[in-house]
Amino acid sequence: MIFAMLGEAWRAMGANRLRTLLTTLGMVIGVGAVVLMMSIGQGAQYAIKQTISAMGSNLFILLAGHTSSSGVRSGSGGAHTLTVGDTEAIAELPGVQTAVPIHPGNAQVVYGPNNWNTAIIGTTPGYFDARSWPIVSGFVFTDSDVRSATRVALIGKVAAQNLFGDENPVGKTIRIRQSPFIILGTLAAKGQSMDGRDQDDTIIIPLTTAQRQVFGTQFPGSVRMVMVKASTQEIMPAVEKSIVELLRQRHRLREGMEDDFFVRNLTAMADTAEESARVMSLLLGAIASVSLLVGGIGIMNIMLVSVTERTREIGIRMAIGARERDILLQFLLEAIIISVAGCFIGLLLGIGGALLVEALTGTLVIISASSVVVAFGVAATVGIFFGFYPARKAAQLDPIEALRYQ
Amino acid sequence: MADPVIRIEGLHKSYETSAGPFPALKDVSLDVAAGEFVAIMGQSGSGKSTFMNLLGCLDKPSAGRYVLDGRDVADMSRDELALLRNRTIGFVFQGFNLLPRMSLLDNIALPLIYCGVERAERQRRARDVLARVGLADKASSMPNKISGGQQQRVAIARALVNHPRLLLADEPTGNLDSRTGEEIMTLFDELNREGITIVLVTHEADIAHHAKRQVHFLDGRIISDQPAPHLEHTA
Repeated sequence: MIFAMLGEAWRAMGANRLRTLLTTLGMVIGVGAVVLMMSIGQGAQYAIKQTISAMGSNLFILLAGHTSSSGVRSGSGGAHTLTVGDTEAIAELPGVQTAVPIHPGNAQVVYGPNNWNTAIIGTTPGYFDARSWPIVSGFVFTDSDVRSATRVALIGKVAAQNLFGDENPVGKTIRIRQSPFIILGTLAAKGQSMDGRDQDDTIIIPLTTAQRQVFGTQFPGSVRMVMVKASTQEIMPAVEKSIVELLRQRHRLREGMEDDFFVRNLTAMADTAEESARVMSLLLGAIASVSLLVGGIGIMNIMLVSVTERTREIGIRMAIGARERDILLQFLLEAIIISVAGCFIGLLLGIGGALLVEALTGTLVIISASSVVVAFGVAATVGIFFGFYPARKAAQLDPIEALRYQ
Repeated sequence: MADPVIRIEGLHKSYETSAGPFPALKDVSLDVAAGEFVAIMGQSGSGKSTFMNLLGCLDKPSAGRYVLDGRDVADMSRDELALLRNRTIGFVFQGFNLLPRMSLLDNIALPLIYCGVERAERQRRARDVLARVGLADKASSMPNKISGGQQQRVAIARALVNHPRLLLADEPTGNLDSRTGEEIMTLFDELNREGITIVLVTHEADIAHHAKRQVHFLDGRIISDQPAPHLEHTA
């Protein structure tokens, strides 16, 4: 029975090839657009997630406040209000996994005939844990290196390439602002940060070495930045609050006085970026869905024309014993065949298009099973939904009226 | 043959028109026994087509009783009526009404699809009736490739494929020349001799001539119901 019906649907569609083809094309474009857009959207989401996990999760950055001397205000971090003592006190707070001081700067670095200007970060061993940054070879400097301000360094991938080429940097001596440093180890590649800086173009040295021997500071014991890692994302607001309370207390700030430091929640920024990527992906999907809807309306339109054209045929079928459900099924099947075939071709086209976009622009695309399933399900539903009304209209024709129709 | 195939009592049918209800049939009563060959005659507008539609379960009466093959048709649902049209009644139309995109065999087998007969069985039965109407060699031809007389034979084969008790023919020779029409009527004669009850609508006396009984309609009423004047005819 169903095979006979399928055969008839096929024959009816074959009788009007161009029309069937154009109707199918509506579905093809709709499904293709949905798959393509979802792939691009999910690719973008994934790329942002990668960036975020590369940065390290659950992070706060604390910056010292600004100073003002003779009306000239320094920027954030210009004051020397954050201390190593603050860092140690924050590390003791509940919910804080690590708190590490950071002294950033830039310096010219020399190895043999090569020289390179790169970012120098002075910090403590906890930094690598806070950033979730593994070592590829060698080892990390220790707390005793920090205490005695030894001249040791870890080198990022890009900085290593520029200074050493293919040579293994571990154990070699480089010069940072004329002082010799021994490379203890190399860092894993981390890629771009959210603001587009290359995080691998860096050299990391003990905090005290940076402060005393490379950049110099008038205020030993003060730090420009502190990086704090909370143990889970959920408690970040509570941790932020207790950090602020602690620092106000330690800095003896009275009620009504401004904070002399800034707390930035990096994860919140990352969440915002991820959220906007998600919204964009949703928006792309929604726009593509409109074309799917238009395709569905195309099916309905053609099926209505087909029902009108074949009114007499429907009358004949009814006269020889077709029930309402037979006629309904016949027209519904045609709509479903068109939408499923369109969906299949659309899927192939959408996937092909996504791969083409990836090949041409380098944008990451992700073709997930879920997007394929969603597109297929939606298309089948659209076919049934928009095919149903014309099919029902055909099934409910009056046999005599239909037979008399010219 | 205990029960008549058709028993009609006090049948009324009126259509709603802008000028109020128009009565197309007024108090029509008629019994047709199994094996009869009845010609319904009358001018256009006499109500014979309306009567035929009611007989064929394509339409429902406004009042009165219609018992077909022992069952009252008046309270039947659309699906039950479809089943009657499929199993009990065979239709032959003036305009043949074959489906243009199907082979003759598929056209004939179509009623069997609607009662769930298997494909092989459908083909076998369709071939049998196609042979019965003398077109065994045309099974895979398309309807537009054969003559009008052949098309009407195929339509008759389609009407016969489900072994109906009643064959209804609405001006079956109206679109054919007189010689071909005569051939079709000869086929009806043979079918009737094999035991199928036939009710035929026509306005041509020559055609009605083949029937054993002639019923005349005028203005929605039966005005005469008598055996055909010439029961003996040449085949």
